[in-house]
Amino acid sequence: MSYIAKPKFHHPKLPRNDLGLTRRDYEGSMSTLCAGCGHDSVSAAIVEACFELNLPAHKVAKMSGIGCSSKTPTYFLSKSHGFNSVHGRMPSIATGANVANNELKYIGVSGDGDTASIGFGQFAHAVRRQVDMLYIVENNGTYGLTKGQFSATNDRESVGRKGQENAFECIDLAAMAIQLGASFVGRGFSGDKDQLVPMIKAAISHKGFAFIDVISPCVTFNNHVGSTKSFEFVRDNEHTVTATDYVPTKEEIKIEYETGTTIDVMLHDDSHVRLRKLDADYNPSDAAAAMQHIMRYQEQGEIATGLLYLNVNDTELKEKMNLVDAPLNALPFSQLRPGADALEKINNSLR
Amino acid sequence: MSLEEHREITAKKPRAPYTKPTDISDPNYFHKVVDCQWACPAHTPVPEYIRMIAQRQYTEAYMVNWESNVFPGILGRTCDRPCEPACRRGRIEEKPVAICRLKRVAADKRGDIEHLMPEIAPKNGKRVACIGGGPASLTVARDLAPLGYHVVVYDRDAAGGGMMRSQIPAFRLPESVLNEEVERILDFGIETRFNQEVTSLKKVLDEDFDAVFVGTGAPRGRDLNIAGREDVGDNFHIGIDWLMSVAFGHTSKIGKRVVVLGGGNTAMDCCRTAKRLGGADVKVIVRSAFDTMKASPWEIEDAQNEDIEILNNHVPQKFLTENGKLSAVVFEKVKPEVDENGRRKMVPTGEDPVVVPCDDVLCAIGQENHFPWIERDIGLEFGEWDMPVVDKDTFQSTNPKVFFGGDAAFGPENIIWAVAHGHQAAISIDSFCQEKDIRERPAPNVTLVSQKMGMHEWSYHNDISNDDRYLVPHADKNFTLKDIKMEVELGFDEQLAYDEAMRCLNCDVQTVFEDVKCIECDACVDICPVDCINFIENAPEDELRQNLRVPANDLEQSLYVSEILPTGRTMIKDEDVCLHCGLCAERCPTAAWDMQQFLYKEGQAKNQRVAG
Ligand SMILES: Cc1cc2nc3c(=O)[nH]c(=O)nc-3n(C[C@H](O)[C@H](O)[C@H](O)COP(=O)(O)OP(=O)(O)OC[C@H]3O[C@@H](n4cnc5c(N)ncnc54)[C@H](O)[C@@H]3O)c2cc1C
Ligand SMILES: Cc1ncc(C[n+]2csc(CCOP(=O)(O)OP(=O)(O)O)c2C)c(N)n1
Ligand code: SF4
Ligand code: SF4
Ligand code: SF4
Ligand SMILES: [Mg+2]
Repeated sequence: MSYIAKPKFHHPKLPRNDLGLTRRDYEGSMSTLCAGCGHDSVSAAIVEACFELNLPAHKVAKMSGIGCSSKTPTYFLSKSHGFNSVHGRMPSIATGANVANNELKYIGVSGDGDTASIGFGQFAHAVRRQVDMLYIVENNGTYGLTKGQFSATNDRESVGRKGQENAFECIDLAAMAIQLGASFVGRGFSGDKDQLVPMIKAAISHKGFAFIDVISPCVTFNNHVGSTKSFEFVRDNEHTVTATDYVPTKEEIKIEYETGTTIDVMLHDDSHVRLRKLDADYNPSDAAAAMQHIMRYQEQGEIATGLLYLNVNDTELKEKMNLVDAPLNALPFSQLRPGADALEKINNSLR
Repeated sequence: MSLEEHREITAKKPRAPYTKPTDISDPNYFHKVVDCQWACPAHTPVPEYIRMIAQRQYTEAYMVNWESNVFPGILGRTCDRPCEPACRRGRIEEKPVAICRLKRVAADKRGDIEHLMPEIAPKNGKRVACIGGGPASLTVARDLAPLGYHVVVYDRDAAGGGMMRSQIPAFRLPESVLNEEVERILDFGIETRFNQEVTSLKKVLDEDFDAVFVGTGAPRGRDLNIAGREDVGDNFHIGIDWLMSVAFGHTSKIGKRVVVLGGGNTAMDCCRTAKRLGGADVKVIVRSAFDTMKASPWEIEDAQNEDIEILNNHVPQKFLTENGKLSAVVFEKVKPEVDENGRRKMVPTGEDPVVVPCDDVLCAIGQENHFPWIERDIGLEFGEWDMPVVDKDTFQSTNPKVFFGGDAAFGPENIIWAVAHGHQAAISIDSFCQEKDIRERPAPNVTLVSQKMGMHEWSYHNDISNDDRYLVPHADKNFTLKDIKMEVELGFDEQLAYDEAMRCLNCDVQTVFEDVKCIECDACVDICPVDCINFIENAPEDELRQNLRVPANDLEQSLYVSEILPTGRTMIKDEDVCLHCGLCAERCPTAAWDMQQFLYKEGQAKNQRVAG
């Protein structure tokens, strides 16, 4: 970690977005992670995505648990809201916050330990309830913060730094999210922002539970030969099944794609996701097929990346539960707390 | 990955046409990144001495300067400072580092340097004449005398220094500072022939000199031949003649109403001097527009601070006289207009002529060279504008024994150029006297040393200050305007000097990229505060420049290009606004980036003598 603050000077010709802000205005405080940690690249991708989406920082809430990955919300969007929960409990905090105020964009950042081990139960229910949020797992196959134990996403054949064998089967969080009913599921790599940034932009625009599993190498504990989460392994074995383009509403759709290779999907805010199928027979709207496809790659020791599954027809949690649209803090007190008479009525109806 | 494996991969992915990897072993590459040093005619290692000032190593800082530019105390007050407009800091915020004023701090606060002076070698039997005792000749003398040359300096004035003594007013350059630095050189056993005007170069050549250096400057001020000129009498003065006469104590008064004609630095010195000699209403009147005035902005500012009015777009037409005495100057008003070819020219506005009543006129509209004392039959060719033909690299004339430098070589410039010419001429004279090829120039002395001390610790201060440029305090003008010798600028004190020094970006601490170590994790891209670093596909340079995170449209600034990396991309760093903060190196998990100090010392005569 660096001891100096990042200089405030930016490139004098740095582009500005519609809000008159530069990319640097979306940064947070100086990262304390190890030099070269993939998680810092994911933070940079989030910064870039929010900048390009012209998001006002005060309309974003950052949620996280515990871990190196869960520390990262401090390193981006310093002017946004946020909650750093206890280990593995981010999903329930995010669910509550979401129900209380759905006018904010929720960006949850978790780790493979935080999500696939201690928080697995919480994670499953946030997915199946379709909490309207972007949930990113910075997946390095290890517990980085506690010095490199195998995590539940570490591949069976992936050995430890000193050659230790991994005894257990791994959890594929992307496949898991599809199975549990997430409406947007992608997989990215911290070392490939060209792929990651548009995916994050689409995920933030998507209404419902958007999950991105980002392979994010831990340079300190899991970047050795024999690890399947190292920069080199991922680069050599990554297989992009769909390339994602994000087209904001105001941009006209100009490029003509060869029919059959491209799927154009309109999101709830009228922006578009353009998927170029690199695997011709891939169908990202078919959950079962998508899961099968992912598993096939895994069997071959390869990693399927890209936007893997997208369903814009499902509803999100608040709609499902028919909850009030307005944020609770915008409701008049009389509505927020109907009083003893209303309670009495409810009680009577149950008698 | 081993080097071989790496090369194998990169060899597999050739992409043509593409931009070649940068050759950082070429000293010019990193030298150019040090914008100030590159811009300095004498290539003074600026950031090196600025760091020394921050560490209160004033003597060392002085010596770094003295080696390169010979007159740190003088230049710290008067330099034209080509380094400052070049300074990188001026591209990332409004104002460059006050490089020149920091140089003065080194001179003001240094300790004894006697013991640091070069040893004077025993006489080598060679004799060199320097005609004119200005900065160019003095530099030649300083470089050659320690090598054993017997140097003879001629000047028609009574002391050395040239225009630094005869023109630059004492309120900008105190005599004590000038004397100290001039005498230091004369103390190297220089034979002086002061109060001697050279009237024949042939005669000098006839005395057994092995080489002659002409450093006589551009001593003739331009006259203004407009209507009424022949009637104005004693109240019309050629600016540089008048300044010299003030400097040497022959003139101590001027009329109440003074018109200064011209918009260059001489005009600024004239008006400020007039203000001190009794000029109550002093006006500078210039034919050009304000924004194209030749004077340095800071000199204009200083004149304005002394309540001197500047009238622009006024073309002098005639002088008026009353009772045989100058009474006024008449001007035509003009305005700039852009013609069909996009050229700017001044056209009359058609308004009534402007009559400016005055008692004296100081004419500061330019200087010229003048060589009536050089015979035209001694094999020394003259070319355009009646200027001697002088080689731009060796400073040799067509008479192989005769070398030129300073304002005498290519027309009026400034002190630092005179010094730079002096160094080059000294190299040539040395080679010439030693019967070596004068085209062969000594190589610069270059070192590149890692600054890494720990994981995130460097032996330079990478946490640069966000402060705006600090102003140099001035003495109260109630006093300075009454005393022509009182210095106006007070110089930075220690604290101000430190604060200003911390603004320097240490551009000589280079970002050195070792492609074989890079794992392409992009950490440096993410952390770089000014978006210098890119990993993109190689392409021809003009394309590359457009494909960067922020397009690199300043073609003067280099791109640092790596070999093609294992993923097929190339690291491209735009040097333009790099803060040299070292964060890329701090974030790099494999130390592919390192911060290394590049110290460049221009080759001087002494270097080739040691080597040969
Ligand atoms: C008013 C004024 C202000 C200036 N202010 C600055 C400034 O602030 N900063 C800056 O960098 N530059 C300044 N300059 C320019 C600077 O002074 C010159 O560029 C510089 O001094 C040139 O150095 P030099 O060695 O070529 O010749 P000079 O300094 O001109 O020295 C030439 C010497 O040769 C002598 N000489 C000439 N002919 C003969 C002869 N035939 N025999 C014997 N001796 C002879 C002259 O008397 C003179 O002493 C200023 C110039 C003027 C006119
Ligand atoms: C309740 C609880 N149990 C255990 C821990 C110890 N702990 C801290 S972080 C962590 C694992 C983090 O792993 P991961 O989420 O993958 O994050 P990474 O550091 O790898 O990014 C553990 C077990 C804790 N802080 N709290
Ligand atoms: S331990 Fe691993 S995950 Fe944690 S900061 Fe270091 S590299 Fe990143
Ligand atoms: S910032 Fe310092 S090193 Fe860089 S150009 Fe300016 S003075 Fe020179
Ligand atoms: S030193 Fe490195 S991080 Fe700092 S500005 Fe230069 S390239 Fe960017
Ligand atoms: Mg982890």
